[in-house]
Amino acid sequence: MNQPDPAETYRQEAADLLDQLEQALLDLERAPADADLIDTAFRALHTIKGSGSMFGFDRVAGFTHHMETAFDAVRKGHVPIGSPLIAVALAAKDHIRMLIEQPEVASEADGAAILARLRTAVADMPGLVVGDPAVAALVAGRQGGSGWRLRFRLPRDAMASGTNPLLLLDELRGFGPCQVTATTDAIPLLQALDPTECHVGWDVTLTTSQPRAAIEQVFLFVLDEMELDLQPLVPAQTVRTEPVDRPAAAPGAPAEARPMAAEPRPEPPAAAAPGSASSIRVAAERLDELMDRVGELVIAQSRLKQVAATSNDIQVKSVAEEIERLALELRDTTMSARMVPISQLFGRFRRLVRDLSHELGKDIALITVGEDTELDKTLIERLADPLIHLIRNAIDHGIATPERRIALGKPPQGHVTLSARHLGHEVLIAIADDGRGLDRARILERAQEQGLLPAGAYPSDNELFQVLFQPGFSTAREVTNISGRGVGMDVVRRTIEGLRGTISITSEAGRGSEITLHLPLTLAIIDGLLVRVGRGRYVIPLTAVEECVELSAAVDARSRGYSFLNIRGALVPFLRLRDLFDTGTPAEDYQKVVIVSSGEQRVGLVVDQVIGDHQTVIKSLSKLHADVETFSGATILGDGAVALILEVAHLVAHGHQRQDQMRAAE
Amino acid sequence: MTTAPERPALTVLTMALQGEMFAIEAVYVREILDLVPITEVPGAEPAVHGLINVRGRVVPLADLRLRFGMPPADATIDTRIVVIDVEIDGDVTTVGIRADKVYEVTELLGSALEETPRLGLLWRPDFIQCFGKRGEDFIAVLDIGRMLSRADVISAPDRMAAAALAAAVG
Repeated sequence: MNQPDPAETYRQEAADLLDQLEQALLDLERAPADADLIDTAFRALHTIKGSGSMFGFDRVAGFTHHMETAFDAVRKGHVPIGSPLIAVALAAKDHIRMLIEQPEVASEADGAAILARLRTAVADMPGLVVGDPAVAALVAGRQGGSGWRLRFRLPRDAMASGTNPLLLLDELRGFGPCQVTATTDAIPLLQALDPTECHVGWDVTLTTSQPRAAIEQVFLFVLDEMELDLQPLVPAQTVRTEPVDRPAAAPGAPAEARPMAAEPRPEPPAAAAPGSASSIRVAAERLDELMDRVGELVIAQSRLKQVAATSNDIQVKSVAEEIERLALELRDTTMSARMVPISQLFGRFRRLVRDLSHELGKDIALITVGEDTELDKTLIERLADPLIHLIRNAIDHGIATPERRIALGKPPQGHVTLSARHLGHEVLIAIADDGRGLDRARILERAQEQGLLPAGAYPSDNELFQVLFQPGFSTAREVTNISGRGVGMDVVRRTIEGLRGTISITSEAGRGSEITLHLPLTLAIIDGLLVRVGRGRYVIPLTAVEECVELSAAVDARSRGYSFLNIRGALVPFLRLRDLFDTGTPAEDYQKVVIVSSGEQRVGLVVDQVIGDHQTVIKSLSKLHADVETFSGATILGDGAVALILEVAHLVAHGHQRQDQMRAAE
Repeated sequence: MTTAPERPALTVLTMALQGEMFAIEAVYVREILDLVPITEVPGAEPAVHGLINVRGRVVPLADLRLRFGMPPADATIDTRIVVIDVEIDGDVTTVGIRADKVYEVTELLGSALEETPRLGLLWRPDFIQCFGKRGEDFIAVLDIGRMLSRADVISAPDRMAAAALAAAVG
């Protein structure tokens, strides 16, 4: 077992903390007074800084320190929170992420610029409490000429323990111009004087932009025993802006600074503690490996079951049953370990919506529903890009500017609703907006212009809107840098189809549109219908199966010319898999038709036998079979044989293509 | 034919296809199996017509006979599947190779290795990595990665279309 790289662990942990921080900041924008949120933000910063310096991320620690100081002041109520502060905090958060993930790219200048903005944001805040040394430290750098006034006295035995006061003073001098006065009032009379003890105190006026912590750092080894009175030097003009009812925070008021430094900070590991007790971090590949092993175990178990079924030994039978139960439970547990709540994904979009709506001058709120819906982690990762694209589209094309919305009699704030829910074996993820909706007439016109639909066709809404996913299709009159180039929607569709999902669109002009992604719960395992065609066995994903009917001899006989079935009044084309797969075996007497659907289209697949349902681990096909579109993968059956999994979307398209060809031929 | 300058010795697995002896570099070979049940992949290129189960993994099965233009042959008691890990178009892929017979693992000495001659070959010269000499016989060491490359294979949809057309006409 290889030891995980501590720096890597830190990176992962920091990534989580940064996400938490971002969420807290975005929430704070709406609820600035929420103390819990401020605490969350502060704790995240504190841990990023603390662990950062522990694992050698010094730049991260150094930069984060300033943010932490600002939030510490916010937490104490000395600095009110407002949107400028949140904006700069978000920028700072991005910078921290950059410092952690791509330190070579992150520039010092950017960091300095953000810190300058931070100072401005803090200093310009109405209700600022200047007396807070932390605030003063922050503001100090901006106003210049600020610094610290220190009065300190070392413990008597300091020199005996190896502390050299001169070195400490030199170190302070290193921070900037300083004026040192020795306080000699504590020196005893000569006969009482022990020359090995330190009797002198110092009074230092230091002009520097260094924060409090840097100064405390100087006294790191003696801090606990020494007397230190550390006061910010406050420039005159800031003092004047102070509220009158506040005690003056001039160098004469140690009361305010001391208790804060002395008081043990309630450093709450609270955020980490409940989580760390109940969960551990596991590398994703290990989970994948585990899933593979479990898949193989399930396969081996079903072979055992077959062996046991033919055996007369009651003990073998009972142990086989026991193992079956355990294997299936193990499989379910392993699968659930791979499930993560979609909130992880939705969380990322809040920032996107915020930034985009600012950029476009729109007022848009993101509403998320069903954030605790769980789905396979691989799915979540691969859904991020398509969803970003769909949300961008909704914001850019769907929702108008506040002025226009008011003119249309709508509330000025637009809404984008992101929802997730389970429906049977599927997860539905919907992106809805209350914008202008799709322009049906214009899409139809453009689709016919571009030859995507025949002239004079009257497609259903969903059929028509599917052209939006055709490569190069765009109705945008102008191209913005956010969307409208007609690339992307086809990528969205390809990605979703690659995940064995489908997309449906509904839209109402003037009221908004909704795009729904239908996705399987997991990529690793499917429930399938096992069928036999000739000598081969195939698996049809159960989610696509609508029903099974018998192919009567009469229909079979007269279907030479046209292959349609009458399913309760609707004509459904059917494909003979025996012909398609060229099995070379004669037709059997009682053929079955499995009706499958993809989107709104249905097609019948004629098979020789329906064997039954079969839960199966999907194995992808190798590169050598990458061009075989009829199958989406393979699986291993109970007897060890390999069975192919049918790609229903492809077969349905193929069936309809054949139908069109035949119509054309007639 | 020119003799190449110093080439290191090559450990190979020798096998038979249509009565000819060929060799595969032994480093690629994972295991050798007796013939196992094969699942046909309808619509796949005939040379990679099947799938087999190798210890819980689904592995494609290739029939090199067809790549050499030899007629397909029924399985005999000697038929074996050589499972190899080979780089195909940039990715290492596990593939089963059907052999009429597998002989032995042997060493072809450096001096016995000849560069592929351009002329006088029954087979496509780019399918052959080099020739080794053993006694009086020349043995062709196959470039399996090249043989299974997708670069010059007709795509499945085209084959399907051609088949459909043939069916419609017939």
